[in-house]
Amino acid sequence: MTDQTLTVRFFARLREELGTEELTLPADKDQTAGDLLAALASRGGPWAQLQGNQPVMIAINQAMAKPGAPVKAGDEVAFFPPVTGG
Amino acid sequence: MISIQTEDFDCAAEYAALRDSGAGTGAIATFTGLVRDSGDKQDVSGLFLEHYPGMTEQVIAGLIEEASQRWDVRKARVIHRIGRLQLQEQIVFVGVCSAHRGDAFAACEFIMDALKTSAPFWKKELSEAGEHWVEQKASDVARGEAWGK
Repeated sequence: MTDQTLTVRFFARLREELGTEELTLPADKDQTAGDLLAALASRGGPWAQLQGNQPVMIAINQAMAKPGAPVKAGDEVAFFPPVTGG
Repeated sequence: MISIQTEDFDCAAEYAALRDSGAGTGAIATFTGLVRDSGDKQDVSGLFLEHYPGMTEQVIAGLIEEASQRWDVRKARVIHRIGRLQLQEQIVFVGVCSAHRGDAFAACEFIMDALKTSAPFWKKELSEAGEHWVEQKASDVARGEAWGK
């Protein structure tokens, strides 16, 4: 694989407020999901809420993950508000 | 079996399918969730439900697997609707077949409680005043956590 990118997906309120469903970003070495979140939050504006008061859930390759979990090229990383189904 | 769908479901048909789970089944517990008129706000006229395709099915499959390890589960069925739903429409169905009622009740309630706090669905309440994304309830989290491991 020569593809050194990862996919970031947003759902529900975050998807709407960021006006973004999906991003393709370069995959940095030794990066965690928390690093990715901080980098996105630093874009400012609505993105700042990714490190705001409201909790942001993380999934890596469709499994729940903690901010310290590593992310690498080819991964699908998703950020979303706490779930409210049922 | 797990279905995530926009269309409605027929509880009678689902119950009939659950009954067809072998002579060892002595109890069937089912739960159906409906759209009600008050949630975070009053005068709710409907809901919009979003989900994370793929992850949703994986999470629910994991919950059924966990229920099967903790209780006698001979057959389990979960249906969750997505998209736009009107007042009083059916949202979710959980059905469990067990040898005895205790296991059927517990497994059904566990799957439903755990689904609410771990399956990636999000509800938006619609009303004349506008629309807003529902906030996760501390009481739902507490119910989910009460099942422990």
